[in-house]
Amino acid sequence: MSLSETEIAQLLKLLRRTEDRELNCEQCLALVAEFAESHLAGKSIPAGLQAIEQHLAVCGECLEEYEALRLTLDGLRGGRDA
Amino acid sequence: MERTNDSWLKDLTQRSEPALVELREALLRGLRRGLSGRPRADESFLEDCTQDSLLRVLDKLGQFDGRSRFVTWATAIAIRVALGQLRRSQWKDVTLADLVPATVNQGGNQLAGAPAPDVRMQRRDLLVALNASIQNDLSDRQRTALLAELRGMPQDEIARQLSCSRNALYKLTHDARKKLKARLEAAGFTGDDLIATSVA
Ligand SMILES: [Zn+2]
Repeated sequence: MSLSETEIAQLLKLLRRTEDRELNCEQCLALVAEFAESHLAGKSIPAGLQAIEQHLAVCGECLEEYEALRLTLDGLRGGRDA
Repeated sequence: MERTNDSWLKDLTQRSEPALVELREALLRGLRRGLSGRPRADESFLEDCTQDSLLRVLDKLGQFDGRSRFVTWATAIAIRVALGQLRRSQWKDVTLADLVPATVNQGGNQLAGAPAPDVRMQRRDLLVALNASIQNDLSDRQRTALLAELRGMPQDEIARQLSCSRNALYKLTHDARKKLKARLEAAGFTGDDLIATSVA
């Protein structure tokens, strides 16, 4: 039983982005709407939201959800049947 | 005219039928866009998720702090509900024991890519240190949770099988990552070494 090359690479990437203090997924969900709207508006990310970027780098599920939210917001901005 | 956040909160708190209908439509539209291109997210799946999401949003109304548009906040919740259901349905028959066999928890196994004549010394040393730390520094639960996540098992499913909350699971794997990182740093490996090795 071994870790595959892909799993090793993924683990090392995770370790590189690991911080002593991180948001958990519930805290990320509470802030991600504001984070996505700031991004969409091209605003700089407020200091309090930078922890979201870090969480998205270490949490594949929250990243997947954020990308789906961005798709939704991009659609709204495009004005299609909003 | 778009509703204000205050209007959403006031009407939904009173369970106003027009507001519920409007939110339901907004969530369904959001899910259609956000999950477009996913073959398993058909219309009936999305409608079921919308209903579940509506209840979840109503449950969390008191947590909305007004820092984004209300619909964006509610859509983020709906996307978590829907993607969570999709993930669970794909993994419902997989057990942690299948995914992370006990041999991993008994030590002694080697990582793929560990010592081989043609790999650089530093990469080999880093992989040896990583392997030793996985075996020696992590608890069985930390090792199981971290490896299951690396193998793609959804966090909800890992938490369910480990009989813990999703937040407790996050703490478990976060603590595991911190231990591994600290061990590698104590052995002299830097963040740059982790990048170089991860792409080697
Ligand atoms: Zn997360």
